[in-house]
Amino acid sequence: MKINLKVWRQKNENTAGKMVDYSVNEVSPDMSILEMVDVLNDDLIRKGDDPIAFDHDCREGICGMCSMVVDGRPHGPQHGATTCQLYMRNYKDGDTIYLEPFRAHAFPVVKDLVVNRGAFDRIIAAGGFISVSTGQAQDANNLTVEKAVAERAMDVAACIGCGACVAACPNGSAMLFVSAKVSHLNQLPQGKPEASRRAINMVKQMDAEGFGRCSNVGACEAECPKEISITNIARLNREYLKAVFTSTEE
Amino acid sequence: MNWFQSFLVSSIGQKIIMSLTGIFLMLFLVVHLVGNLQLLHDDGGQAFNLYTYFMTHNPLIKTVSYLLYITVLIHAIQGILITRKNQASAGGMNRYVKKSTYTTTLANRYMAFWGILIFIFLVIHLKDFWYVMKFTSDLEMVTYPGETHEVKNLYQRVAVEFKELWVVILYVVCMVALAFHLAHGFWSAFQTIGASHPKYLRLLKTTGKIFAFLIPLGFALIPVLFYLFK
Amino acid sequence: MKLDSKIPEGHMSQKWENYKEHARLVNPANKRKLDIIVIGTGLAGASAAATLAELGYKVKAFCFQDSPRRAHSIAAQGGINSAKNYKNDGDSVYRLFYDTVKGGDFRSREANVHRLAEVSLNIIDQCTAQGVPFAREYGGLLDNRSFGGAQVSRTFYARGQTGQQLLLGAYQALERQIGLGNVKMYNRHEMLDIVTIDGKARGIIAKDLISGKLERHFGHAVLLCSGGYGNVFFLSTNAMGSNVTAAWRAYKRGAYFGNPCYTQIHPTCIPVSGEYQSKLTLMSESLRNDGRVWVPKKKEDCGKHPNEIKEEDRDYYLERKYPSFGNLCPRDIASRAAKEVCDEGRGVSASGRAVYLDFADAINRLGLDVVKARYGELFPMYQNITGHDPLKQPMMIYPAVHYTMGGLWVDYELMTSVPGLYALGEANFSDHGANRLGASALMQGLADGYFVIPYTIGNYLAGEIFTKAIPTDHPAFEEAEKQVRDRLNKLMNAKGDTPVDEYHKRLGKIMWEKCGMARHAEGLKEARKEIQELRTEYWKNVRVPGDINEFNPELDKAMRVADFMELGELMVMDALNRNESCGGHFRVEYQDNGEAKRNDEEYSYVAAWEFKGDNTEPELHKETLNFEEVQLAVRSYK
Repeated sequence: MKINLKVWRQKNENTAGKMVDYSVNEVSPDMSILEMVDVLNDDLIRKGDDPIAFDHDCREGICGMCSMVVDGRPHGPQHGATTCQLYMRNYKDGDTIYLEPFRAHAFPVVKDLVVNRGAFDRIIAAGGFISVSTGQAQDANNLTVEKAVAERAMDVAACIGCGACVAACPNGSAMLFVSAKVSHLNQLPQGKPEASRRAINMVKQMDAEGFGRCSNVGACEAECPKEISITNIARLNREYLKAVFTSTEE
Repeated sequence: MNWFQSFLVSSIGQKIIMSLTGIFLMLFLVVHLVGNLQLLHDDGGQAFNLYTYFMTHNPLIKTVSYLLYITVLIHAIQGILITRKNQASAGGMNRYVKKSTYTTTLANRYMAFWGILIFIFLVIHLKDFWYVMKFTSDLEMVTYPGETHEVKNLYQRVAVEFKELWVVILYVVCMVALAFHLAHGFWSAFQTIGASHPKYLRLLKTTGKIFAFLIPLGFALIPVLFYLFK
Repeated sequence: MKLDSKIPEGHMSQKWENYKEHARLVNPANKRKLDIIVIGTGLAGASAAATLAELGYKVKAFCFQDSPRRAHSIAAQGGINSAKNYKNDGDSVYRLFYDTVKGGDFRSREANVHRLAEVSLNIIDQCTAQGVPFAREYGGLLDNRSFGGAQVSRTFYARGQTGQQLLLGAYQALERQIGLGNVKMYNRHEMLDIVTIDGKARGIIAKDLISGKLERHFGHAVLLCSGGYGNVFFLSTNAMGSNVTAAWRAYKRGAYFGNPCYTQIHPTCIPVSGEYQSKLTLMSESLRNDGRVWVPKKKEDCGKHPNEIKEEDRDYYLERKYPSFGNLCPRDIASRAAKEVCDEGRGVSASGRAVYLDFADAINRLGLDVVKARYGELFPMYQNITGHDPLKQPMMIYPAVHYTMGGLWVDYELMTSVPGLYALGEANFSDHGANRLGASALMQGLADGYFVIPYTIGNYLAGEIFTKAIPTDHPAFEEAEKQVRDRLNKLMNAKGDTPVDEYHKRLGKIMWEKCGMARHAEGLKEARKEIQELRTEYWKNVRVPGDINEFNPELDKAMRVADFMELGELMVMDALNRNESCGGHFRVEYQDNGEAKRNDEEYSYVAAWEFKGDNTEPELHKETLNFEEVQLAVRSYK
């Protein structure tokens, strides 16, 4: 089948970008959308044009590197899946697809569809960990964790840090990402000793990075490839309130 | 900045201010509606006028009313600040060429717009009734049996206003805006202060929808009934 | 140079203790003066960088992805082994050690494997303390499952995302050190050369992938934690960016490459659907617990819809050939059997390179709901990729390259043959011999990073405390940078007409057909010639768009493929040299009715290849493997 593409092209962070039209013939329904861009790039290179830059790595939905907005939706129209898991059998001959980068103030465009998500790393560095150095651990079974708690922690630990929540949020807020990490670690007994510190420091860094304020729209939850629930944001708000008003952390 | 100032300017702190002022305003809406429903008594306005006298003379309620004015202002100003900040964070109004409304609703997408409509309405509404009541002597004075003091006849003013078609339309339209604002605002306020849990999420959202339907409906019915039947 | 594996004295179970008690230490004040460079931030790299920073060393960590959290360790599904014996089913350090040596087809170094089994206990403790949400029982204690044919339940897991959770644990530990200022992180940086001064590793040349600028970094030691080289086959289960460049550059600077021909082929992957295919997706091995593998008996039936082929016309070849293990025989055996039936022309799918994995029997026996629940996430994933519902018609699967046991040769301290240059995790050759068992890769990566290198690196750095940081205008840095720049320029200036990917695909095809699941001398000789020709053509005719000094993923890819082209030849040479079949290396000339025939007399050694120059044959060094604890035996699964 033939697919028309409108793709955001931008040379680098400091130049203006624009949408450019392409079309790809002989698209197989068994291709992933990224493989279709591979085919297009192959063609562009042979013609002496600049291929489209896009982030991708594992191509099986777990590394969190792929990051485009497909027809206005981060990771495309499928639920609970990343861009690399979007297959062309979901489209029909003659369809037009828009490809744009994840957009947010805190995610500057590097080139074309590639953005810089370093802000997420800095948020984790501010408190998204348990301070236990190698060798300090006690025997793993000395500590019991309620199965339900472990399962809930796993639900949020599944976050792949792709940034779709920010790209989907009309406010460019990173609350789902931050709440996932805070919910993961603050719920577990191992994470309790620094729960207050974690909540305060991660929120502080999130604000410093220029992310927006959550207005509970729920777009993040709907577009999250790992289907992380917005109730975690409520938990983050609780954890933050508790930390601010009951702990000595500042 | 001390810890409390840091809290107030933090993203979550700002949202919590929105949430707490919002919850207070929703409580006010309930009280206000209960009062307004006195207009529907078929007593020539006695119940309503006595109620307004009480509301403007009880010292406790007078104190609360000042709190209310401040709350409205904080809610409005904070709302504008947050909206502007969020537009910048999202990367401008036209962040995507191809727009998708898949994940948003009329209510949550235009929260600020509904808020602005409500604010404009508030200005007109206050000028028409609150200002006239408190700062002018345009209203006639009436005395009811068993009462020792004269009260202002606000009821009469309401009855006159609500015979104007355009006023009735304005009120109804603005109550629709309020309905949208509450449809998202109610559960959102609880979510922001952390009072949201997977078990009760649906209950909270449903309650919010019912609240957002009934309260504005109650307010909107009054001018309509006056226009049609009084 | 003679290979010295530096295996400590003493009984097998005492060696690591002995080593730790006698290794030299670096005092805290001196640690602050020592720079360590870590390449790669997967399980091995992130855990090593974090731990060394905790100890007080100054660490610089590099990854080519946009964040250290994206390393391909993240894709590991199954689990991580540990000899905790929480199940009271008779597990022990010795048993894990024994299983690993046997599973590796007796081609691994016993002392390393024993140490791995010992520290496997600490890994689970450490990861749990970090908040890794391992599966738990209702009592709140850790759950285990059995994996990969082991007779005990020793595999810890976090749903089907164990690799992800372990990596995030290590990543968070790393980010904590970054936040504390103990690690300087370089995202989107690719190491393009090692700098050696007076025979010791002293730094690297790295490319900032965003600006295209070359950078020089000094280090008292350099750790390569850059993963495996499965992408030499173009199609593999590796990530698109996984590459051999760091290890290959080290090889060209004097580090020996060990057992490059040992490649693990995983039997249950989704088959190739067309030329555009960019990678292969693994379907969990657990599917073989209930699925039955078959192909049509007659070639004519291959084009038919599988549900129309009668029971008596189906060949359940694994059950036929291996009656006692059937569909559950080990990875290498199942993979080769699939290749055989496809070679006979009985493969299915449009390409003829696939076999069926059928759940009809399981559905009849257990009911649809049970089967659905058991493979809850896998079936929708398969359906998403292929468009077919495995509940209605058999899955199609085919083997794919999954892991490389070979890698840089290292001694017991994980140091390569270049002093100060270390290799950890999949990048080294050490622990898995000729075949890796399931749930052992995660164990090895973390063992190397958390619990081995922090001890062994001190033994070297204790002798380096008087070495001041060498300024990066030293001639050795100049020379290395110039070489890198020349290579970049040469690729940019080839100005041919063929994109990099096409060459990569052609290389992959040669490797897969002639150095893949089954190899023979003639094919390997042809392959070597073909790779040489392809390489020559590549440097003349490749087209790399864009510029050097900008974000240019095609150029980065071109550099990686250039190295794969050279590695491919070495793999072929190694496969040709090893006149036996063992584990992931199957030479058709050496078999007993289809079963691998090892030659312990002549090939019980590690083949360590030394680079001697671009147009000179590499030199083979042999590290003889002495088995003190384990009796060599034939693996049989009939």
